[in-house]
Amino acid sequence: MGRVDMCEDIDLQVRIGSLRLRNPVMTASGTFGYGREFAHLVHLQRLGGIVVKGISLRPRPGNPPPRVCETACGMLNAIGLENVGVEGFIAKKMVFLQTVNTPVVVNILGDSVEEYYEIAHRLDGVDGVGALEVNISCPNVKKGGVAFGTVPEMAARVTAAVRRATRLPVIIKLSPNVTDIVLMAKAVEEAGADAVSLINTLIGMAIDSRTRKPRLANIIGGLSGPAIKPVALRMVWQVASAVSIPVIGIGGITTAEDAVEFLLAGATAVEVGTANFYDPAAPEQIIQGLKTYLYEQNEQSVRNIIGSLQTG
Amino acid sequence: MPEFQEKCHVHAIEQVAPDVFQLSVHAPRISAAATPGQFVMVRVGEGFDPLLRRPFSIHQQFADGSLSLLFKKIGRGTTRLSRLNNGDVIDIIGPLGRGFDLSCQEPVGLVGGGMGIAPLAFLAKRLAAGEREVAKDYVLLGARDRHELAPLAAVFTALGYQVRTATDDGSMGHHGFIPDLLADIFSEIQLVYCCGPHPMMKNVVNTCAQADVLCQVSLETHMACGLGACLGCTVAGRDGNYVHVCRQGPVFYAGEVGWAE
Repeated sequence: MGRVDMCEDIDLQVRIGSLRLRNPVMTASGTFGYGREFAHLVHLQRLGGIVVKGISLRPRPGNPPPRVCETACGMLNAIGLENVGVEGFIAKKMVFLQTVNTPVVVNILGDSVEEYYEIAHRLDGVDGVGALEVNISCPNVKKGGVAFGTVPEMAARVTAAVRRATRLPVIIKLSPNVTDIVLMAKAVEEAGADAVSLINTLIGMAIDSRTRKPRLANIIGGLSGPAIKPVALRMVWQVASAVSIPVIGIGGITTAEDAVEFLLAGATAVEVGTANFYDPAAPEQIIQGLKTYLYEQNEQSVRNIIGSLQTG
Repeated sequence: MPEFQEKCHVHAIEQVAPDVFQLSVHAPRISAAATPGQFVMVRVGEGFDPLLRRPFSIHQQFADGSLSLLFKKIGRGTTRLSRLNNGDVIDIIGPLGRGFDLSCQEPVGLVGGGMGIAPLAFLAKRLAAGEREVAKDYVLLGARDRHELAPLAAVFTALGYQVRTATDDGSMGHHGFIPDLLADIFSEIQLVYCCGPHPMMKNVVNTCAQADVLCQVSLETHMACGLGACLGCTVAGRDGNYVHVCRQGPVFYAGEVGWAE
């Protein structure tokens, strides 16, 4: 039997709450549209999961341009959560995703706890939705715009509301723009989250010295890409060491080696984000590379390596 | 519309003017599917810096499965590309976006400025391959100077078009801007295809609107993916909405986008 065949016997399945994934490689929200955008370039049915662009209760137009700019080994974005709204998503975007035999995780966002509840409730029972990922990096309009994800009590309230609204697995996507991400993770675990995913983008800024203007119309934006991987890895390790629910690692993952590092640090699954922009083949290459890695490490199942980091 | 990610061998890299390069690659699937005005996303290297692909409209397309891109060396990405050698491999995704609407059978004007001339060459060749009499069409081309413009203008002249030129320094054709030449041809054309720097396109769009001549423009913006996922390539639409250059464009009828500011 050839090596490639041997690799095919390796078990890549993982579970996030009640959500079963054929492999631990998903695409991160905001980097993969609603799936269809990549249908010509990616075998969608080979992915572990598709996390769609963040959905709000009503459609949002997003921020004025320029919205993106390249930075050293990364990029900044201030898209402004442009999306079709939950009804548009169900009517126009979900129809295609229902034809793809891959779990769909719907990323949701809101301005208030009530809005999170309403959108989660609306998505509960929609055919093809496998889980909800809750973006808590949004400003709480009723509390002066403080991001839900920066105050443990507010993060817990959103989590509890979404928990009440749905039977779907609830994944809380944590913001790294906090003093202690472990506090946030514990707060949402306590409030009923089935899993946490991290990290969302780091807030950053870029300036054009020649024009003396910010490079983004929004002035500040979210940093992503390989530049943030060490920060993400550190936070995943800290959180995975402190909570008992599954952790999904996100941040600059481009290669199978990157993905393995997150799994070793304690992630049960990973999301590939910015890499989809510069190499749409990345998620599938990571899945294949994971098999090769496990074969070389003489492991039968990916589950054996989760959290197996040797620190002693 | 089919889209492909291809590892492409560099056929030739030619410096056609100071800082201007023509890169020819073997990209059989992209080349076969491409229509004028569509673009490709090019990964300029294997590493993470620069990280993002660069968008280029397709300059020329050939029956042997190759295509060429035209670019000016201005930033880190284009500097990298200018250093490619024959036989090097680059990763290209395409063909992307909505190209020119070719349905107009009446005489047309092709109006290009600087590197915006690039997609018009593909367009000119496709139009010339059909039934139309290209001798009745007009090509108006502008650039900084004769060195930049002459090699590009030659492509259109060879196809049988009437070519009129303008340069910033007066070293070739009209000393001034392309829109100055438009008024002369309005009585003879039904549509303008335009690509160039934003101020020039805005000027052309306004001039066309006053003369009640339809105008298609090919827009350029920053974009991270080119696939409709990043939503970074937004420009103002007509009614205060936003449109995305990568999927809804890069070619728009002038009335589909906002021209304020």
